[in-house]
Amino acid sequence: MDEPRRTAPLAELLPPMTEQEAAVEANRCLYCYDAPCLQACPTHIDIPTFIRKIATGNLRGSARTILESNFLGGTCARVCPVEELCEGACVLGKDHTPIQIGRLQRHAVDHVWQRDIEIFRKGEPTGRSVAVVGSGPAGISCAGELAKLGHDVTLYEKRELGGGLSTYGIIVLREPVEVAQRELRSLTRLGVEVRTNTEIRTRPDLQALLARHDAVFLAVGLGAVPAMGLVGEEHVTDGLSFIEASKLDPDHLHVGREVLVIGAGNTAVDAATIARRGADVTMVYRRGEDQMTAYRHEYEFALLEGIRYRFHTQPIRVLSEHGRVTGLECLRVELGGLDASGRPTPILVAGSEFVLPCDQVITAVGQEKPALAVELGLETEKGYIRVDDDLRTSAERVWAGGDCVRVRGSASTVMAVQDGKLAARAIHADLTANAPTTTITVTPSVTGEVNHG
Amino acid sequence: MADLSIDFAGIRSPNPFWLASAPPTNSGAQIIRAFEAGWGGAVWKTIGAPVLNISNRYGTLSVYGQRVVGLNNMELISDRPLEVNLREIAEVKRLFPDRAVIVSAMVESDPRAWADIVRRIEDTGADGIELNYGCPHGMSERGMGAAVGQVPEYCEQITRWVTSVASIPVIVKLTPNVTDITRPAQAAVAGGANALSLINTINSVIGVNLDTFELTPSVGGKGSHGGYAGPAVKPIALHLLSAVATTPDVARAGLPISGMGGIQTWRDAAEFLLLGATSLQVCTAAMHYGYRIIEDLTDGLSNWLDDHGFASVRDVVGLSVPRVSSFGDFDLSSRVVARIDPDKCIRCNLCYVACNDTAHQCIDLHDPAGIRVDPGYDERVNGKAVADGRPQPVVREDDCVGCALCAGVCPVDACIEMVSVPSGRESVTWSQLTREQPAVTQDWAAMERYREEVGIDIH
Ligand SMILES: Cc1cc2nc3c(=O)[nH]c(=O)nc-3n(C[C@H](O)[C@H](O)[C@H](O)COP(=O)(O)OP(=O)(O)OC[C@H]3O[C@@H](n4cnc5c(N)ncnc54)[C@H](O)[C@@H]3O)c2cc1C
Ligand SMILES: Cc1cc2nc3c(=O)[nH]c(=O)nc-3n(C[C@H](O)[C@H](O)[C@H](O)COP(=O)(O)O)c2cc1C
Ligand code: SF4
Ligand code: SF4
Ligand code: SF4
Repeated sequence: MDEPRRTAPLAELLPPMTEQEAAVEANRCLYCYDAPCLQACPTHIDIPTFIRKIATGNLRGSARTILESNFLGGTCARVCPVEELCEGACVLGKDHTPIQIGRLQRHAVDHVWQRDIEIFRKGEPTGRSVAVVGSGPAGISCAGELAKLGHDVTLYEKRELGGGLSTYGIIVLREPVEVAQRELRSLTRLGVEVRTNTEIRTRPDLQALLARHDAVFLAVGLGAVPAMGLVGEEHVTDGLSFIEASKLDPDHLHVGREVLVIGAGNTAVDAATIARRGADVTMVYRRGEDQMTAYRHEYEFALLEGIRYRFHTQPIRVLSEHGRVTGLECLRVELGGLDASGRPTPILVAGSEFVLPCDQVITAVGQEKPALAVELGLETEKGYIRVDDDLRTSAERVWAGGDCVRVRGSASTVMAVQDGKLAARAIHADLTANAPTTTITVTPSVTGEVNHG
Repeated sequence: MADLSIDFAGIRSPNPFWLASAPPTNSGAQIIRAFEAGWGGAVWKTIGAPVLNISNRYGTLSVYGQRVVGLNNMELISDRPLEVNLREIAEVKRLFPDRAVIVSAMVESDPRAWADIVRRIEDTGADGIELNYGCPHGMSERGMGAAVGQVPEYCEQITRWVTSVASIPVIVKLTPNVTDITRPAQAAVAGGANALSLINTINSVIGVNLDTFELTPSVGGKGSHGGYAGPAVKPIALHLLSAVATTPDVARAGLPISGMGGIQTWRDAAEFLLLGATSLQVCTAAMHYGYRIIEDLTDGLSNWLDDHGFASVRDVVGLSVPRVSSFGDFDLSSRVVARIDPDKCIRCNLCYVACNDTAHQCIDLHDPAGIRVDPGYDERVNGKAVADGRPQPVVREDDCVGCALCAGVCPVDACIEMVSVPSGRESVTWSQLTREQPAVTQDWAAMERYREEVGIDIH
């Protein structure tokens, strides 16, 4: 193969900023008023203020400004698709280069982490208690906000490590495992009890939680990669497990030499990126370049990595010999009229079978809907847990947020964090029986952070 | 290509840029390199009385990452042996006969001491002498430098001692650390000075260390004021230059002025020329970037002259001086308002917040449909698309007082323009008005009557 093999280590890709780099970049920020970056951030971090504080050398205050709006400011700084969010809205983006908001945010949060500073303290005890189920971004965010408000919070997590997809799903090139673990540590220091290896599976489990706690927040995320119905599917590697192994046990990660990745979303790009660190990788997608769901910058990154694309191709059968993959049989696809999602419907071309030789097939075609919703008897919408504007489910005293309710919009960490924050606010209002739960329009001066640190 | 050469009280140089008397002109070897780089002249680092310098002499002001916006120094005059300086001055002048070699001097206030130093300087073949009446630290305590420059009588006296024995042009360098710079300027004229130069450094304390609480620079824990120079002092220097250039005695005597204080680029230089400087001196900018800045200084100045159709740098000297005026002569009926170019505007809203919080609350935000909206956002909306429907700041011209704050804070060049609009009022200056209606200065009721009469509405 012509492209050189990638041997770069599995480590965070973007280096941290030096003090000098951060100072120069922070000074470039205009300190816009009613700034678009702040509006574009789903958690509405007061970006001009936190950047200003970096410029003045008030790093601790900067971290406070960030973390007050976004308890997972350290994770978000690394994983947010900033091109689509804050940086995409920066006024300097049109003619120049937008401010590197994500990296500055990481600089400020890393500053307090390196010094082991905790910005928040547990609030005055309210005597109320809340169960949070799932320790991904939505769960951590909600638990953190509630603890700040003085509620007793217990976090239930079925896996061995907390952090959800931050720990198990987001490739190490963007977020090393330690980052989410650091955020969990802040939680425990706020008095949140984190119970790992504890799964809430059944309706009685939920009843038991409701008996013990005043409210429950479900942040259970989505499920595994769904089966595709391929012949020989037992020979494929599922993308999420593949990424998980690359994060937690990279030494034993099995990567072929000729790898095909089925799918073209962000997870597929991630799986391909990992595989590319040792193999020739081709992504197989049934639609065309324009219909990919991956972010544009992710796609371009993949091309730069030397990952190849095979569009308009529908896999149907995994070929194998003695249990070892030898190829993927596919059909050509033509595009028909627009479907419900507004994209052209793929139409298989009969008799166009051909084989792509390979020794590993990885599937990354989304995640299963939260099966738990039905089990717990909650109303759903297209398979997701149905919630109202305040993230309240159909069940009394039960709220939900994060990927498990993401029927609209893109499933991302920062959206999950915002859900956790909004749900915490709604739960707090409910527990303290305050009148209005949310305000829709806030002026920056209202949310403007004051530094107490 | 415009002719950049100048004749300054008989001192000729191929371009108006001289290195000011300071570290850049400390030694012959340095000045030779500066001349090779293209500098038109150099004022030798002040020589004279014996001194000892202290360590840790400079402090710099950084403003949001921009270094050396101001430079503070606690340095004395040259600490090199006098003989060495004099020998090198002669050598430099011999090697560069076409450049201006001027020697700055400062000795104790004794006519014999001055006569002696003048003779020795003249023996080097130098083109002129600059009297340092400005050093604000160390020397002033010994009755020299600013101690002379701040007392017009001393200034005149010493200038007289020097001019009565000197055969080469004598330039008096003025200190800005006075309430009225025109008085020492007039004293220098009275003392027979052939030219003036300004400004020397301004008394300043550059800062305090937030961990040790020591002043910067700290000399073994102690600090003191020093002399301030660099880009930050330019506006002060321009004002003092304009004040001296419009002083009748100076104008009548036809004394050329060497301008300095914050000159960093050819643009700064052009401003000094327009306000009456014939030669230009530079110190801090060279200390920040080295002698090589001379290339753009001369090139930029020459291009600017060409663009405006001037054949020589001499043609622009003092062109703006007749415009130096005072409050009483301003036309109260002249009116400008701010106008924002929406195509250039990047919607940072810095103009909005500046006007709204600290000027006259006359910039509105208009949504894409042209409807006035308040700042703020919908908590449930996010993503880069928020930038698309962002409101546009628009000036309510009727309420704009034309203060130009918004134009000053706007980060985009030429995005906010201050445009002249008819005020609908007769031209009248404050002096005319108060001559005709003295009551308006004493009585609010009279002032309000006048305003109503001519249609001035201030709310
Ligand atoms: C490969 C991959 C890469 C991604 N990359 C990015 C990225 O770069 N940037 C970005 O913004 N987003 C990215 N995302 C999306 C992002 O990870 C998710 O949107 C986010 O993690 C959602 O958070 P959550 O808290 O809703 O769910 P999750 O992170 O999925 O967390 C759910 C948690 O609940 C636990 N849980 C589930 N059921 C139970 C139960 N019954 N009892 C107890 N615990 C339970 C799970 O073990 C898990 O810890 C990526 C996703 C994937 C799959
Ligand atoms: C470090 C330093 C030392 C100086 N020493 C002298 C001096 O010995 N004699 C003198 O007349 N002016 C001295 N000056 C003043 C400069 O000649 C000049 O007047 C002043 O710096 C303003 O110009 P600038 O803004 O270009 O620096 C000194 C300035 C600096 C920064
Ligand atoms: S839009 Fe850009 S320049 Fe303006 S405050 Fe935000 S990051 Fe700074
Ligand atoms: S010129 Fe002054 S008053 Fe007019 S819009 Fe600008 S800031 Fe406001
Ligand atoms: S300061 Fe300039 S660029 Fe910014 S909003 Fe105002 S006019 Fe537009």
